[in-house]
Amino acid sequence: MKIKIIIESAIVTKPILAEAILETGVLLNISQAHYDTTHGEVVADIPSEQFGHIRDSLVEKGAEVVVLDTPISRDEEECVECGACVSVCPVGVFSLADDWSLEVDPDKCIQCGTCLTMCPHNALVLGQ
Amino acid sequence: MVKKTIHEINGRIRDGSVNVVTAEEMVDIVGELGAEGAAKEVDVVTTGTFGAMCSSGVWLNFGHSEPPIRINKLWLNDVEAYSGVAAVDAYIGATQASRSKGLEYGGAHVIEDLIRGRSIDVHGTSPGTDCYPRKVIDTTINIYDLNQAIMLNPRNAYQKYNAATNSTNHTLNTYMGTLLPNHGNVTYSGAGVLSPMHNDPNYETIGTGTRIFLGGAQGYIVGEGTQHSPAAGFGTLMLKGDLKEMSSEYIRAASFEGYGTSLYVGMGIPIPVLNEDIAKATAITDDDIVTNLLDYGIPSSNRPAIRSVTYGELRSGSIDVNGKEVTTSSLSSFKKSRQIANELKDWIKGGEFFVSMPVERLPRDTACNSMKLSRVNPLVGDIMTSDVSIIRAEASFNDAAKTIMDRQFSHLPVVDKDNSLVGIVTAWDISKAVAKAEYDLVKDIMTKDVVTTSPDEAIDIAAFKLDSNSVSALPVIDAKKQVVGIITSDDISKLLARRQ
Repeated sequence: MKIKIIIESAIVTKPILAEAILETGVLLNISQAHYDTTHGEVVADIPSEQFGHIRDSLVEKGAEVVVLDTPISRDEEECVECGACVSVCPVGVFSLADDWSLEVDPDKCIQCGTCLTMCPHNALVLGQ
Repeated sequence: MVKKTIHEINGRIRDGSVNVVTAEEMVDIVGELGAEGAAKEVDVVTTGTFGAMCSSGVWLNFGHSEPPIRINKLWLNDVEAYSGVAAVDAYIGATQASRSKGLEYGGAHVIEDLIRGRSIDVHGTSPGTDCYPRKVIDTTINIYDLNQAIMLNPRNAYQKYNAATNSTNHTLNTYMGTLLPNHGNVTYSGAGVLSPMHNDPNYETIGTGTRIFLGGAQGYIVGEGTQHSPAAGFGTLMLKGDLKEMSSEYIRAASFEGYGTSLYVGMGIPIPVLNEDIAKATAITDDDIVTNLLDYGIPSSNRPAIRSVTYGELRSGSIDVNGKEVTTSSLSSFKKSRQIANELKDWIKGGEFFVSMPVERLPRDTACNSMKLSRVNPLVGDIMTSDVSIIRAEASFNDAAKTIMDRQFSHLPVVDKDNSLVGIVTAWDISKAVAKAEYDLVKDIMTKDVVTTSPDEAIDIAAFKLDSNSVSALPVIDAKKQVVGIITSDDISKLLARRQ
């Protein structure tokens, strides 16, 4: 499953991710990390059954943990199902079905955002 | 030999006995029955395409204001429209960008907003004349307030289009979408088997006056489109239709990152099957349509073709580019293209749409020429400094500092033992290194990701590179990456000063 870990600026210098990984032994796989002056955001994949474990550890260290149910969503009104997004996605979220409809597999999404830039119809948004 | 007339086919449309199929369905029919059998069986073949067509726009007439104005400059939702035709006519073009919203909102969006019945802010100015005294107009209108809203697209329905990829080491944002570095993806456009002009390659039924599907309404072919280049297989059409009857289902604004706005236009042409030659032509498949894969990494209108490729290969999802399997993306929607061909089929079957013969044939042997340039365009090689100092990556940065002092040149290309360019070091890099006192060698402080140019590149491209990368000098290298000169923003300023 995919989670977003939000780290306030006051504690961004502390290695809380490393500590939580060592403490819990959970194989946390980071796919995105963005830091600015106010906070840091890390998107990561974790084994679903260990969610409670790593969440508790991170929360205890001051981070906020949000489950990303739909990392990417598509506005079906705006989308014309051209398939422009298909070739820029590094993890194969998008594909065209036999009837040339666009299929989206949000579970694979690592929230890199490349498809948002590519989409000529502004039909894609990163979300939760 | 099968021979039918438009009159006979329209008679069948009228009495409901007409047999209409899409160009996709026709492939199997001709396969089964042969061209002669298919020509007997099928009366009309419908085509369709839905993709970005930048060369599109709408003529608007607002009616006269009180007191009257002859609008000289006009903006619709802050997007400029051309109004240098009489008093209250204007042409809103799809790619014109908004003054305030930039590349996100443009003429294409104004057109879609009009179709959706949304309000549009109008701002017009005029010098004022005795007959048109008013100097400024500000009002809000929607499509119902306009006398006419006539879509007139100078160049639509490209017979086929080149596919795009990018050989450079950085991402390009183009009208062919995001092109990832090192041939990371391939994009293409066109409906292949459903492509209107490919189903009548001799333009026997497609010509001036042909009735078509345009944006969900009946429209017409005006004639050849601009840049019509049939000799090379790149025919185009100029189309017109009534925007007031169109639907946002088939006309959609789009915005390409770093390029700007464009209009997705849905159009389809019915091909009356008058004889077996026409039947045979409409059996064309994706595998029969060949286009070129161009490298958009080359900033020239004469981009080299990496390979030729069929629409069958492009639509399979991936193609081979220099030995690597690369994923393809379509920019046009095949699903919508199919929807258009089917809707047109239903119109004809339902007796709502009649086929027509052109009143004038399209040119079939013309070519599209490049722009005539009356002034010689200087090349990088013409103004670069050839006497450029270089430094080895293994040299100390003290040596680099000395060279910069001696030569009074603030950029030093860095080379390896084979004299190939590996980096660039500036006076600023050296100051930084001195201040930090961490490193000794040029290779530790140089910028490794160097933006370069070549002697035969146009100055305009070098200037664009300097600007878009926020750098002030470009090493000039030859095909073997050997440094043959350097060009700076100063060199270009001096050139411009001389021109004036």
